[in-house]
Amino acid sequence: MRKFVYLKNVVTLQLDKDKCNGCGMCIKVCPHAVFEISNKKVEILQKDACMECGACALNCASEALTVKTGVGCAAGIIEGMLKGTEPTCSCSSAGCC
Amino acid sequence: MPSQSIINPLRLMPFAARVPKVTSELNWKDKLGAVKARLAINRHAYMVNAGLYAIGNPNKSSDVFVTSNYKLTFDILRKNLADFNAWMLVLDTKGVNVWCAAGKGTFGTDELVKRINKTFLTDIVSHRKLILPQLGAVGVAAHKVKEQTGFSVSYGPVRAEDIRAYVARGYKVTPTMRKVAFPLLERLKLVPVEIVLSYKYFFAGLLILMGLSGIHPDGYSIVSIAEKWVSVTLNTLVTFLAGTFFSPLLLPYIPFRSFSAKGLVVGLCSAVILLMFNALGGNFVENIAWVFLFGAISSFFAMNFTGASTYTSLSGVLKEMKIAIPIQITLAIVGLVLFTVAQLIN
Ligand code: SF4
Ligand code: SF4
Repeated sequence: MRKFVYLKNVVTLQLDKDKCNGCGMCIKVCPHAVFEISNKKVEILQKDACMECGACALNCASEALTVKTGVGCAAGIIEGMLKGTEPTCSCSSAGCC
Repeated sequence: MPSQSIINPLRLMPFAARVPKVTSELNWKDKLGAVKARLAINRHAYMVNAGLYAIGNPNKSSDVFVTSNYKLTFDILRKNLADFNAWMLVLDTKGVNVWCAAGKGTFGTDELVKRINKTFLTDIVSHRKLILPQLGAVGVAAHKVKEQTGFSVSYGPVRAEDIRAYVARGYKVTPTMRKVAFPLLERLKLVPVEIVLSYKYFFAGLLILMGLSGIHPDGYSIVSIAEKWVSVTLNTLVTFLAGTFFSPLLLPYIPFRSFSAKGLVVGLCSAVILLMFNALGGNFVENIAWVFLFGAISSFFAMNFTGASTYTSLSGVLKEMKIAIPIQITLAIVGLVLFTVAQLIN
């Protein structure tokens, strides 16, 4: 199967390596295999594959990860703009939104 | 721990007797419900009560699987737990699936902690381990659940279909079990919902074009609408399907990363194909107008599929929209102007 990769260099994911203790939790929760462990620290392997779901940052007990989370959903963003609210997701799918 | 401070009136009953039992078989009603939910009929009312359920004959050391109260998710889990003896802890996600609910925070740390306490789970099982679907991690912070309840959270596979293999491997997930894919079948399942959610736009566009096709060199005439409505409806339908059906279907094979660009490609290709067979049904100017309209409409609907896809990020979609929406509006306006001109020179 072909790989799905979305736009390049837009993702807001950031790693503070000093805080990382190499526990590997982020690897366990990431649905897009963004991380890899090397030398007892985690590394961002494929940043463009990140969908900004926020699972890694939420489950990193040492707060080494930050990401601006949200749903990548155009219809939700349009609805949010029209109603003047945050982008909401109508959740139509088995995946997100 | 609340179980120490609150007296549990149910404590006197044998624990297995007070938990509702469910089977792993789905009956025709469950299956019909699933079809309806996929078609977005009555989707929001499709839920089960939150709480603890028993599957098979679980005991104090049986596994606890956590899920959402969207009935489709609940059914998929119990089906995949056939001949297991296990507990299902169902969170109140307002009838929304795990991933979306986790994104909204309803499948989250607070609700999980609350549900553990409310169901007296600490009395029902002697171990302190919960198995959550991996996508629940978007809303649940495992270390906080541990802090607040003593239960450690293990993230299982993304798909319930992999649970059996996960358990058989000694509660280990493989890299593939962890990844969210987006195979053809999954994309196809999302098409009906996408169509149901966007048909309003389809009818709005159709009305505008029908209205415009009444324009006539000598004024306005209902007769020319009557003459044109078949081709206008068919063309609009094709471009609607180009964006909502063909673009998702061919997603990985269409060039470009942005969904709106993919939709534009599919829209223009369909217009050109119809043009080659002389099937757009208008004069020269009107056919050119259709090419623009096909591009605009298909691009818009394909862009909306970002929401259903499983790999788009908010930052990415925002960037895409900033470029795509002005282009779509321009194409649409040029298309509509040309369409009007075409009616006038008819
Ligand atoms: S979860 Fe945090 S601490 Fe653990 S490996 Fe990932 S970044 Fe490092
Ligand atoms: S935000 Fe989600 S997709 Fe991105 S790296 Fe973290 S877990 Fe992976």
